[in-house]
Amino acid sequence: MKNKAILYIVGAIVLLLIPMFLQTFGNAWVRIADTALLYVLLAIGLNMVVGYAGLLDLGYVAFFAVGAYLYALLASPQLTQVFPWIAAMYPNGLHTPIWIIIPLAAGVAGLFGILLGAPTLKLRGDYLAIVTLGFGEIIRVFLNNLDQPINITNGPKGLAGIDPFQIFGVSLGKPVMIGTFQLTSVAMYYYLFLAAVLFSIVVSHRLQYSRVGRAWMAIREDEIAAKAMGINTRNLKLLAFGMGASFGGVSGSLFASFQGFVSPESFTLMESVMIVAMVVLGGLGHLPGVVLGAVLLAALPEVLRYVASPLQAATGGRLDASILRQLLIALAMISVMLLRPRGLWPTPDHGKSLQAPAVGG
Amino acid sequence: MDIFLQQMINGLVLGSVYALVALGYTMVYGIIQLINFAHGEVLMVGALTAWTAAGLLQTTFPGMPGWVILIIITVIACTVAAVLNFSIEKIAYRPLRNSPRLAPLITAIGMSLLLQTVAMIIWKPNPKPFPNLLPTTPYEIAGAVISPTDLLILSLTAVLLMALVWLVNYTSLGRAMRATAENPRVAGLMGVKPDVVISATFVIGAVLAAIAGIMLAMKYGTVQHAMGFLPGLKAFTAAVFGGIGNLAGAVVGGVLLGVIEALGSGYIGVMTGNVLGSQYSEIFAFIVLIVILTLRPSGLLGERVADRA
Repeated sequence: MKNKAILYIVGAIVLLLIPMFLQTFGNAWVRIADTALLYVLLAIGLNMVVGYAGLLDLGYVAFFAVGAYLYALLASPQLTQVFPWIAAMYPNGLHTPIWIIIPLAAGVAGLFGILLGAPTLKLRGDYLAIVTLGFGEIIRVFLNNLDQPINITNGPKGLAGIDPFQIFGVSLGKPVMIGTFQLTSVAMYYYLFLAAVLFSIVVSHRLQYSRVGRAWMAIREDEIAAKAMGINTRNLKLLAFGMGASFGGVSGSLFASFQGFVSPESFTLMESVMIVAMVVLGGLGHLPGVVLGAVLLAALPEVLRYVASPLQAATGGRLDASILRQLLIALAMISVMLLRPRGLWPTPDHGKSLQAPAVGG
Repeated sequence: MDIFLQQMINGLVLGSVYALVALGYTMVYGIIQLINFAHGEVLMVGALTAWTAAGLLQTTFPGMPGWVILIIITVIACTVAAVLNFSIEKIAYRPLRNSPRLAPLITAIGMSLLLQTVAMIIWKPNPKPFPNLLPTTPYEIAGAVISPTDLLILSLTAVLLMALVWLVNYTSLGRAMRATAENPRVAGLMGVKPDVVISATFVIGAVLAAIAGIMLAMKYGTVQHAMGFLPGLKAFTAAVFGGIGNLAGAVVGGVLLGVIEALGSGYIGVMTGNVLGSQYSEIFAFIVLIVILTLRPSGLLGERVADRA
């Protein structure tokens, strides 16, 4: 027990010091850490749908997009420019604070999740995959084309000028001086994302061993048997979609504020596939594995981007960083699955984990 | 010009290409319950190989007639695609046959990504013009036009479908395929070698995909490393639409999807008073799919299969 406490404290200190360490190599590296944390958040959300409830969702990025565009619309000059009556209502521009946007993003994305879940309840796994994939594409195509007849999403050009978050009057967009120490914007976003990740890990972990989580896993293992045991499969599947989606929505609004810019390009099918790959590579339904998978797939290729420029020169431009990144991701997906089909860090002793809930740490 | 008839012809041509690709998905799914995500990329490799071969032939034998070139490049592309799909199955899917169901799906997605990236490295990312191998003067039928390429696509699809039906229903390989689809272990006990049957399925699917790839290349006149993604997705939709695992379903689904798309993109502007334009045609297929699956969860012709534990 004492060892565990020490482990937690050391872990916390390491996590808190990571941005300081990365900062010495430049802000770009902290940004990589931020992006990795966002992916962790998405992977944890998707893990609820795919890992716990066993519903393969290939359009998860749609919820990410919903959250991102929600914040982008409510905290950028877009709406006030297009609609004069909104400009009249908010003469200083529309600046929705974080405390409103996070619950709102969770709620709206969750609603979209239920919207997607409702018609797909009866579908078997593979049909579900294609319908969710289609849903993701539908959302993306709408974002791409809703610049006419009324310009809402600004089409493929995307929305720019999104406010950075303000927490207790401190804007995360500008560096803050604490004594002589400068806390940069990316580092503050790192702590915000870290807090969000920790929160969602706790929620996810508690949920997993709750009545709801156990019911989800029962549905995953055998839906008919679960139904026979008196589990309301319809409501629980909808709940899984809704919960997963609301995590995606919150990450989306964090993403929009972090980037200051959103465009439909960030929400392609490839992103959905990447998130599914993270969850499955790490270990379906096993939180530490999911986090590991997300960090690996999100951070390693980014790191590679900085290492790969000599290679580009050597191969005459045929192998540039982004191609190499894709190549490595593809190879990683194939080889990890071939060598460890249940993921890098799978649930220990499948099925028995329920009897021993204290697997944390 | 009759718009309706024209859109019907366009839809039928597009739909037959979808049907050919969808057959590959559905056969593989019927036998090993795997969505072969790399199938669209097999189509792409087939088309790009054909492009390279056509370029080589045209420079080495300048006077060679177009249809001879077409036959030769089709044979080459089919061979390359067949070898490729055979190796994909052997490397990426066979070792995972008894793993959790998501594992081979992930390797399939990885394979798709890998093939696209490798194709981008080999062929460079820019779109390449595909030579006109057939005459381009269109024929006129009752106010609509149809090009020789379109005619070839329609007739070749019909021939291939008949050949496939004959293969599945009247040959020993077809019987083995149906037996393996029903129950691989029992089929094995009856002397069928499931591995051989599965490999044969992948090879047949690849040949159909490569032909579909050349058809698309001829129809649109360009080839590129990303050209397999969207047809692959549409064909998969078509396969699910018709009831995945069901050959007739794949054809019906493919043709219907093509027609719906063509009519949809032709009329969506008129129907919605120009609020939604033809840029939404891409999602038309998905919306129809969602509606159909809500009403008939296992596809148009799919039989209701009890959920497996």
